[in-house]
Parts: sequence; structure tokens; C-alpha cells
Amino acid sequence: MKPTKLLIASSALALSAGAVAAADMTIVSWGGAYSKSQQNAYHAPYTAKTGVNIINDDSSNEAVAKLRAMNEAGNVTWDVVDVVAADAMRLCDEGLAMEIDPDTQLAPAPDGTSAADDFGDLLVSDCFIPQIVYSTTFGYRTDLVGDTPPDDVCDVFDLEAYPGKRALEKRPINNMEWALLCDGVAKEDVYDVLETPEGQDKALAKLDTIKDSVVWWSAGADTPQLLADGEVVMGSTYNGRLFSLIVEQKQPVAMLWDAQVFDLDGWIIPAGLSEERQKQALDYIYFATDTQRLADQAQYISYGPARASSAPLVGKHAELGIDMAPHMPTDPANATNTFLYNYEFWADYRDDIDAKFQAWLAK
Amino acid sequence: MAALTPISRKPLSLVLPTIAAAGAFLGLFVGTANGSGFLGVVIGAALIAFMGFVYIALLKNETLSKWISILGFATLGFVFAGVPGVVLGALSGWFYHWFTYWLYEGRYRAKLLPYLTSRQVLWFYSFRVICGAIFVFLITPILVVMPLSFNAENFFTFTPEMLRFDPAGYSLKHYVDFFTNSEWQRSFKNSLIIAPIATIISVSLGTLAAIGLSQSHVPGRRAIMAVMISPMIVPLIISATGMFFFYSDIGNWLEGTLGLPKNFVGYVKVILAHSVLGIPFVIITVTATLVGFDRSLTRAAANMGADPVTTFFKVQMPLILPGVISGALFAFITSFDEVVVVLFVGSAGQKTLPWQMFTGLREQISPTILAVATILVAISILLLTTVELLRRRSERMRGMSPS
Repeated sequence: MKPTKLLIASSALALSAGAVAAADMTIVSWGGAYSKSQQNAYHAPYTAKTGVNIINDDSSNEAVAKLRAMNEAGNVTWDVVDVVAADAMRLCDEGLAMEIDPDTQLAPAPDGTSAADDFGDLLVSDCFIPQIVYSTTFGYRTDLVGDTPPDDVCDVFDLEAYPGKRALEKRPINNMEWALLCDGVAKEDVYDVLETPEGQDKALAKLDTIKDSVVWWSAGADTPQLLADGEVVMGSTYNGRLFSLIVEQKQPVAMLWDAQVFDLDGWIIPAGLSEERQKQALDYIYFATDTQRLADQAQYISYGPARASSAPLVGKHAELGIDMAPHMPTDPANATNTFLYNYEFWADYRDDIDAKFQAWLAK
Repeated sequence: MAALTPISRKPLSLVLPTIAAAGAFLGLFVGTANGSGFLGVVIGAALIAFMGFVYIALLKNETLSKWISILGFATLGFVFAGVPGVVLGALSGWFYHWFTYWLYEGRYRAKLLPYLTSRQVLWFYSFRVICGAIFVFLITPILVVMPLSFNAENFFTFTPEMLRFDPAGYSLKHYVDFFTNSEWQRSFKNSLIIAPIATIISVSLGTLAAIGLSQSHVPGRRAIMAVMISPMIVPLIISATGMFFFYSDIGNWLEGTLGLPKNFVGYVKVILAHSVLGIPFVIITVTATLVGFDRSLTRAAANMGADPVTTFFKVQMPLILPGVISGALFAFITSFDEVVVVLFVGSAGQKTLPWQMFTGLREQISPTILAVATILVAISILLLTTVELLRRRSERMRGMSPS
């Protein structure tokens, strides 16, 4: 029959055109400059070493939803997934990611320190192998802020000194904390206050004062674009995006490191892989999270390596030749006032506060 | 067309308010760009009305006033917006001068029938302005990305260099990126594999289905038709979710039981899913052409000894070919532009061009996307032009006049 013949013929065509080596790995990450840094620091050397062909899938944004669906359909096509710590915790709790023992399945530091000690507190979940420390912080247009550039996170809420639009992420996380900090709540009390409905209203009331001047962003690339256009005076985003905007794209933008919020990003291996693929994924993880590889990534993007033993190895930018250390969120000069993101709090309260925040947005 | 109607000069009471309104329209844009739309409207209206009055009542020299307008507006444009302002200013100067004299001399009536009332004349021109505005609204979003794709910066921004027409503000680097970046090349290749094969499957199945469903003796053909075109009606995200689970099972069986390679199975799944989306377009276009198909031709062919297959390829197919081709074009474009289903059904090995554009737009707003968009627009125009030329050629060869 004609259609069947066509199907066979077309399939053969697809096979011959798209055939690849048997050993393939699909690695899921965030795309953009971040994926490029992983490509350079991890994927390329791993392919050179083992011959495994790595396919990049930029789907980390919807990793939790997709892994749930894949698991339900019994068709997990991903081998290694890059997620933020909070997502890793959810995936681990739901049994969608496999547990990893750092002492037996990860490389020790060059001086023999075990991986568990080398990563230390950053091993926030049994399924999660941290890779980088990044921060969410503000950048501002140097040409639009007058003679006194902002140096305090509360300048974001000061429409008189810094008139103009601000870009804030379209979710409560970080914004609520900053709002309370600038409403006079002490840093150590922020999450205690945010637990109560009154505290949440207080934070929203503070955000209300600048609501008319806010452009809400949802993708990491939005704020750099808005800053480059001069559509906003200042905006929050991930520090690596701002680094790229300032140092690589040479835009008139500067960092406002005050009250930057630290977060972790790292790998998980989906549960339910075949034995062969699991072995492959573990082999990749062992290679990609050793001390030297994590330090290598910092040559391409300004995120701090998660291992203590990698920090002294951080060198210069691979193309621009500038020292990377001063651009790291963990650099002492940048980290004078930092804010630690509270995973447990947000795991418990996220749904409630999200609903409240969205309702407030729609008002 | 020669002038049908004798023309006569119009009174200033008609000309001045009309050109003032047109001036206010321009003033609205210039004023908004410079801070106050209202002030712009007032100044624009006053300026144009004053200009018209001077030209008509005092200067009375059309050629001289034309050059005054062009140079004057160019200077104004330069003051407001630099070099590009000169071009825009000169153009608007020419336009307002032409518009003033067109009204004043009554030239707008010259090519219309003499017995039209002023209301009909007004509607005649309003209609054209409305059509033009619709055209502008449709085409501007497509045109605006083209210059941006030649941006030397990595942002979706008209930089000051670009606006000054400084060559340093332009570059081909985003096109170079498209042709050298392996991610873009792989997704382009995937699109070129998936779309044509999905089109062939959709066209074969869709044409057969349309022919079958056009036979009056098929029971329940309306119900069958409704089911067949449902992928077009059901929201794509729902089809995509269903397809994800359905094709996951098929894929697991193909991989597990038949032992086919994972990547190959991925292509099969996406191609089948896209074929399903393309079939309704083929069915609808082919059914439409079959309405005009004379059934007695197939009976005549059978009478002369042709078997049904020969009849189909020699008699029926050539006559319904235009419907088949336009169905194929729709099916191709559906697959080539599709992002939702491939995001669900495909895995990263089958990443198509729209998928790459989608993630590119979300993760890194890079003008490479605009370069790709420009290339795709060019390809679409070429494709449609070629098909149209071929269609006209075949109609000429068959002795029909091209429609």
C-alpha cells in the first residue's frame, strides 16, 4: 500500500540523515551563555575523553513538569538535568531524581578531602550535586542615575532619587524579602515576618509603592535587554547575565551587589533510567563535578564554583583575559551584604504566597 | 486613465482644516516621541495650516513652494532626529505639499466619475486609506525585524549608530552565527528532514481521505470528516498532551520490542505527529477542488478500460492538483512553524527551527533569531512565488487563462 511504503521510505531517509553514534547523552540545561560555559568546560572535554556525543536540550525552565510527564509515560529521554536547588528538592521528594552518594559516586578533592566535605553545606538534597553558586542581584544604567549611583538595595524602592522603571521578576521569591528589608525589618527576622499573613501584606504594601514603575520579567534574558534598551533604570537578574552585559557587551551598566540573594544550581539524574544509561550519567557527573572542571567553568561565566577546593583555581576569562575573581558573587568585596535564600521556607510557603502575589499583580 | 472630470479650485475653508488634520496626525507622532503628544497635535495642525495658507494665498508658485516644503521639513527632521530625520522630513515635506495642492486644485476628483457626490468621493478615498492602514498593520511587524537582524549589537535595539545609518552599526554577524553555530544548523537540518516527510504523508493520506469522503455512498462520512479535521479545531496544547502519551507508548514499543535506535524513533514520532496536524488542511483544500470535479470523467476513463489507479493518476489527479498543492503548502508550513507538539513529542535530538527560536527567545534574546526569521521570510516568499508561477505555467499549457 502506498502510505506504508512512503512511511518506510521516509523513515529510512530520516535514519540516514539523522543517524548518530550509539552512545548519545541528552543533557538538559538553561541555554544561553550558561550552556555555553558548560559546553566549554564539561561537554567538550568529556566528548574528547570518552567519545560520547552530547545533545543539549535547553529545557531546565520546565524541567519539573516535563520530568513528571516523562515519568508517567515511562519514557524518560533525559540523562542529566541542570536544575536550581529548590527544583532538585521537589524532584527528590517526588522520587523523580535518583539519590547520589557523594563519597562513593563523586570525585574527592585533589588533596584527598571527600566530596561531601568539599561541597559542605551546599549539598542541600540527597539527589543534588551542586555546580555553581549564583546570585540574583541588581544592575543599573550608569548614565541614567545621575551623580550618585545606587549602592543600597532600598534605592530600588526610592522613586524620588532614582525615577524611572525598574525590572523585577514576576514571582514573589526575592522581591518579598527585599521589600521587607527596605521596610525596616532586620535581616534575620525576614522569614519570621514573611510567615505571617500580616508580614506578607506588609511586603506587598512596600512593593505597592513602586508597582506603577515596575516592568515584570520572567526570563533571565529580559532584564539585560531592557537595560540595554534603556527602558529600565535598574533591574534584577542573575549576576552572570549582568556580567555578560557589562563586560562582554560593554553596555553602560553597573552592578548593585547589595543584598544579593545567593542560590545554588546543579545536576540531578532522573530516576528510572536503564542501567546502562544510569552508569553513563554517573560517569559524566563524576567527571564534570571534579575540582578542576568546576574551576574551568568560571573561565566562561561569573558564577562561583560550588567546591571549596575549586575557588583557588579560578583564573582569568577565557577570551577576555580579565581576572574572574572580582566578578564572582562570592568575592569578599561583593559579598559585604548578602542574603541567604531559605529553601525550607519557600518549599513550605511558595504556593500560598504565589497565589497572593499573583492576585496582587492582577489588582 | 485620463481625467474624466473637469477640476476646479477648492475654497480655503475646505483645504485648511483638512490639511491641518493631516498635520495633527504627524504632529501626534513627533510630539509623542518628544514628550507631549497634545502639544505635537496642536503645533502640527497649526504649522501645516499656516504653510498651506502661505502657499495658496500668498506665494502662488507650486514648484517653489514644493522645494521650500522639502527643505524646510528636512531641516526640522534633522533638528528632531538627526540624519534619518532628514529623509523622513524630506518625504513628509513632499507629501504635505502634494496633499495641499491635490486638495486645493481639486485634483482628487480628476480620475473619478463626474456624477459622484462628495460623500461618495470621501468614501472612495477613506476606503483606500483603511485598506492601506490594514496592510501597514499586517506587514510592519514583519518588516521591522529585518533591519534589526543586521544589528551589530547583541540586543533587539535600534542603536544610535543604526539610526544614523553609520555602517559601523550594521553587521552580518548574526547571519554568520546562524550558519556556523552547530545548534542552529542541527535544528535547521531537523526541520528540513521533518517538514517534507510529514508533508508527503499528509498529502497522500489527506488526498485519499478527501476522495473517499467525497463518494456519496460512504456511510457516516460527515462524522468521519469531523473526526479527521479535529486536530485543526482542538487546541494544539491538548492534542500535544495526548500525542505525548500516545507516542511515548509507540516509541517504547519500537525501541524496546523492535530494537530500533532511539534517535530514529524520535524522528518517526515527530513526523507522524506533524502529519496528523497537516492532514486536515489537505482534506479541506482537496475536498474544495473535488466539488468542481466532473465524476463522469472517471466513468468515461473506466469505460475506456483504465483501472482505478490509472484513472486516478491520469485523469483525476491532474485536475485536482491545485488543491493538492495548496494543501501540501499548508501542511508543510504547519510542520515547519510548529513548536508546541514538537516540544512535547520530540526530544532534543529532533529539535526543530521553531523550537530553537523559542528557547533562544526565552533564554538569550539574540538577534540571530531575527536573522533566521528574515531568512525564513525570504524562503517563504520564494516558495510561494515559485508555486504560483508553476501553477500559471501549467494552466497556460492546458490552455486556460491564468486566474
